[in-house]
Amino acid sequence: MAGGGGRTARWSVINLVVLLYALIPVAWIASLSFKDPSSITDGSFWPRKWTWSNYTGIFHNDDFVRGLINSIGIGLISTVIAIVIGTMAAYAIARLEFPGKTAMLGMSLLIAMFPQISLVTPLFQIERSLGLFDTWPGLILPYITFALPLTIYTLSTFFQEIPWDLEKAAKMDGATPFQAFRMVIAPLATPGVVTTAILAFIVCWNDFLFAISLTSSSRARTAPATISFFTGSSQFEDPTGSIAAAAIVITVPIVLFVLLFQRRIVSGLTSGAVKG
Amino acid sequence: MSPKATVSEGRRSERKLGWWLCAPAAIVMLAVTGWPIVYSVLLSLQRYDLRFPGRKAWIGLENYGTVLTSSFWWTAFGVTLLITVVSVLIELVLGMAIAVVMYRTLLGRGLVRTVVLIPYGIVTVAAAYGWKYAWTPGTGWLAGLLPDGSAPLTQHWPAIFIIILAEVWKTTPFMALLLMAGLALVPEDALKAASMDGASAWQRFRMITLPLMKPAIVSALLFRILDAFRIFDNIYVLTNGASDTSSVSVIAYHNLIGGLNLGIGSTMSVLIFLAVAIIAFAFVKGLGASAPGQGTGGRR
Repeated sequence: MAGGGGRTARWSVINLVVLLYALIPVAWIASLSFKDPSSITDGSFWPRKWTWSNYTGIFHNDDFVRGLINSIGIGLISTVIAIVIGTMAAYAIARLEFPGKTAMLGMSLLIAMFPQISLVTPLFQIERSLGLFDTWPGLILPYITFALPLTIYTLSTFFQEIPWDLEKAAKMDGATPFQAFRMVIAPLATPGVVTTAILAFIVCWNDFLFAISLTSSSRARTAPATISFFTGSSQFEDPTGSIAAAAIVITVPIVLFVLLFQRRIVSGLTSGAVKG
Repeated sequence: MSPKATVSEGRRSERKLGWWLCAPAAIVMLAVTGWPIVYSVLLSLQRYDLRFPGRKAWIGLENYGTVLTSSFWWTAFGVTLLITVVSVLIELVLGMAIAVVMYRTLLGRGLVRTVVLIPYGIVTVAAAYGWKYAWTPGTGWLAGLLPDGSAPLTQHWPAIFIIILAEVWKTTPFMALLLMAGLALVPEDALKAASMDGASAWQRFRMITLPLMKPAIVSALLFRILDAFRIFDNIYVLTNGASDTSSVSVIAYHNLIGGLNLGIGSTMSVLIFLAVAIIAFAFVKGLGASAPGQGTGGRR
């Protein structure tokens, strides 16, 4: 294409704007997390006096460390389960004719719409009677449930755009519907599945309402809920620095997760099978 | 076997496969929400305040009367609608722009795509604390830009603006990611052909890209509208509902958890659900959106 230099310059500016949009608020929290307690209320964007003390503080806080472990474990387990069963359902909805399909979609939509707030009280009482209250499964179950509609809808949209003639061809060659699914469609659908998995994990990782309502101790309380209980090392200390440091720490796993899957997303969404 | 029987044999196995593939997801969703949903409705028909358990009684629709005549409820309802409409509109435009940049940029594509995912990846509560401190007088760099003595988070309109800002910043990447998935479905050849025919970039976007992206746009919009209407975390952290900035979820939470009034709290929850259902219905009818699996393209 013509005008290489001008295009590069234009894209550099556009990219810079997008990067600044995403990074400035994060940089602010990061900067806050490095501020010394004495300078935390100085209102400057960058710290005038740097310190690691906010970080060493929260990592000596057993509740926070435990919350981090809970968040990672609960988030990963919920995502894997939601993706496996969500992919199966999405395939069926996009590709198969069977009675109850509309009901399935209707139920997903209903759950996607249902305000979490109104599940909190009944779940609180039900989980206590089942012994699930303040346990990992007690959070994993609602997380799977609320990740599923997103998974099913996003994936069935993806699946509809896949060149299905390939599946027909596979079936003509004697593949069963399941073989056609596993050997032809699943590889084509992987980019969509990866993208959806990231979205599902973030849904779980982000939850605050269930985490704060269905737990009563650090046994299952996830990191976001733990942060909201921060009060500072002593009652005279402002928790601003600790909260900022904890916010940065719980951001890191997501960034790693996204980086890890970045290439799959890029190659998957921009080239190859989906585009046909 | 007659030919007719063979056909229905194939149908039956397809049917069976469909059920088997859907069963796990259906069972989990029903188990976790079915009874609690019914229980919520039942609670909304009772006078049930945990502070006065002795006064628990079935009172029919009385709770609904109480909530629907409360000015707090309607203020929260208006605030929620306003935040939903304004946020989602901004997110759609901004999200589409970011999606195009992520998809088309010539340099640093991986970097842009990774970085853009950060706002979505940040826990809402964590980002909300960031915005809160940014606008806190003395502590915040943004508050420092305002005239002395202003405390935006304690005033109605500035607080609403900050809530929308926090919401838009956080969720636009979600929109952009879903829209970019839609962009990837637009055939390059069609765009090239249109370009050769003299279509401008804007014309190509409007005449080719947008129509082909419609399923992705509709699904992204639908999810964001439904999600924005339930806004809770941002408001909980930023103002906790002070200066009339409560959303319907926030006042329901305060009635439920803070006030321990299960009856009123559940009533609000049911009303929120009904409101969301009406919005979704109007949305699907209005935009002629087809649910996945029901579009004409989905059939063999």
